[in-house]
Amino acid sequence: MGPEERGAGGPTDVEEAMHFVVCAKQIPDPETPPSAFKIDETSNKVVPAQGFQPVLSQFDGIAAEAALRIKEAAGDDTKITVLSMGAESAQAAIKQVLAMGADEGVLLQDAAFEGGDSHATAKVLAAAIEKLGDVDAVFCGRQAADWDMGQVGLLIAEALGWPAAILAKDVQIADGTMTTTRVLANGFETVAQPIPAVVTVSNEFGEPRYPKLQQIMQAAKKTVTTMTHDELGLDPSEIGAAGARLKLERLYVPISNTQVEIIEGETPEDLAKNLVAKLVADKLF
Amino acid sequence: MARNILVVGELVEGALSPTTAELLGQSTRLVDGGLVAVALLGSGASGAASAAFEAGADKAFTSDDAGYDQYNSDQWVNAVEAALDDVDAVLMAQSSVGRDMGPRLAARQNTAAAMDCVDVSDDDGTLKATRPAYGGNALAEYSFAASPAVATVRAKAFEPITSRSGASGEVVELSGAGESRTTIQGRELAEVTGLLITDAKVVVSGGRGLGGPEGFEQVEALATAFGTSRAAVGASRAACDLGWYPVSQQVGLTGKVVTPDLYVAIAISGASQHMAGCSGSKMIIAINRDPDANIFQNSRYGIVADYKAVLPALIEAVKAAS
Repeated sequence: MGPEERGAGGPTDVEEAMHFVVCAKQIPDPETPPSAFKIDETSNKVVPAQGFQPVLSQFDGIAAEAALRIKEAAGDDTKITVLSMGAESAQAAIKQVLAMGADEGVLLQDAAFEGGDSHATAKVLAAAIEKLGDVDAVFCGRQAADWDMGQVGLLIAEALGWPAAILAKDVQIADGTMTTTRVLANGFETVAQPIPAVVTVSNEFGEPRYPKLQQIMQAAKKTVTTMTHDELGLDPSEIGAAGARLKLERLYVPISNTQVEIIEGETPEDLAKNLVAKLVADKLF
Repeated sequence: MARNILVVGELVEGALSPTTAELLGQSTRLVDGGLVAVALLGSGASGAASAAFEAGADKAFTSDDAGYDQYNSDQWVNAVEAALDDVDAVLMAQSSVGRDMGPRLAARQNTAAAMDCVDVSDDDGTLKATRPAYGGNALAEYSFAASPAVATVRAKAFEPITSRSGASGEVVELSGAGESRTTIQGRELAEVTGLLITDAKVVVSGGRGLGGPEGFEQVEALATAFGTSRAAVGASRAACDLGWYPVSQQVGLTGKVVTPDLYVAIAISGASQHMAGCSGSKMIIAINRDPDANIFQNSRYGIVADYKAVLPALIEAVKAAS
């Protein structure tokens, strides 16, 4: 259902089922300990750590949870499509959201998509959302837990000309309106926007559900289609590395020159006294 | 090469925010003969222009319309676009305003935003933005292939300049707040009792290892022992997500970035997610019963012990020294 078919924010006579998109990104496991985190400085890329599988970016799981809760509260046949741009391995991230309860998956897989910045990525995702055609709301994580930019959701909204609310700790969609309570530096703010709209969901929303074994088995049977730049009508010069406006010049692990000194002492009083003596010597009082 | 920079300013109760002054200061170091402009929106904006001139601005775009007092993206982005007169770079804080405005402004200008920067510098005539990535495990340096470059910058990344007392500049009035697709229905602001965590000289933080919300009583007591005028209490994301402490006090990548003289991490493992919020502290000390906890890798001093055993004695020792 497109916006022009709705009443002006009010309930329509015939409620059609809504269609939500969840954007999901597969990333290197952020729980990789710093000691196992390595960068290849010639390619400016992270070297996959041994023994750590790539995972669904945690905030995207929370975004999926937000979409699923609205679908369940509506009790109707709202459809949820999970959308991921990435390599074949990103099928795992899509399957995870399908196991949580999403209905269909779309993998945007094309060498032309590689090496893009947030803008180039959002361009591809927005083109796919337009191709799906009847989308009422897009749910993204507050940021991908690898690059931590936190802007793809907003850039999708700008590309589609839709309103967006970021850092949601609560989101409701009913009667053509998205109502979001979002996290500010010093509190919370509740905003209302007409759909179609984009929301980015923060960790304050709560934990995503764990799929049951049966759901994981069902997810294996759900449809995942693949789209390339040709099918999306995108020119390779405006996407991927060619379309990037932000150029990564250098990626490196900062050198920590901190050497910890473990404070010794027989009793808690000794430990406290010895630590405070150090702080006094360092003029912190 | 000369470049013109626009700083998107923020007002706190009508006064220039400290980060605005920091961004203006860095802009004076980057313009190389170009102009530093500032956009100020909301009640008190034209009054704050003089403070902006003293902090380094040559030109101020202002609107005193109270319709701008609460940040509303469509209204603010339109206003700032009207101030983009021959501008090569736009700097703003990585705040509730900048997080939302940076990407939107970049999209509307067909350019790019570098978010959450810790540095914006001149590299042989090219503007360079440096920011943490991979939860703080890495630093990434970027250049911009489109103009104007947009960067959101962490608080305290830059020093303000010494105030140019009595400095003045050109004031250009912007139109008042227009239409927006977003209706702000309400705001619930956290009650700030005492010092803001981002302003504190000492931050004492507790984590999941406290074992429960009651553990924060001792964390608070240690902060009080350092003095309520210089110390504030923080919490790890795990502790906030468990509901043990208010989200407004969360330190880390998804919370506040703090840069105190002393950061005391109590029962915090030190995941890079957390370190991203406190690694700019002048000194970190850690109390943790796990000698292998990552927090010790980043600390100057450590105590390997159960916090429950050590804190009562430490509170007394700090009181005696303060």
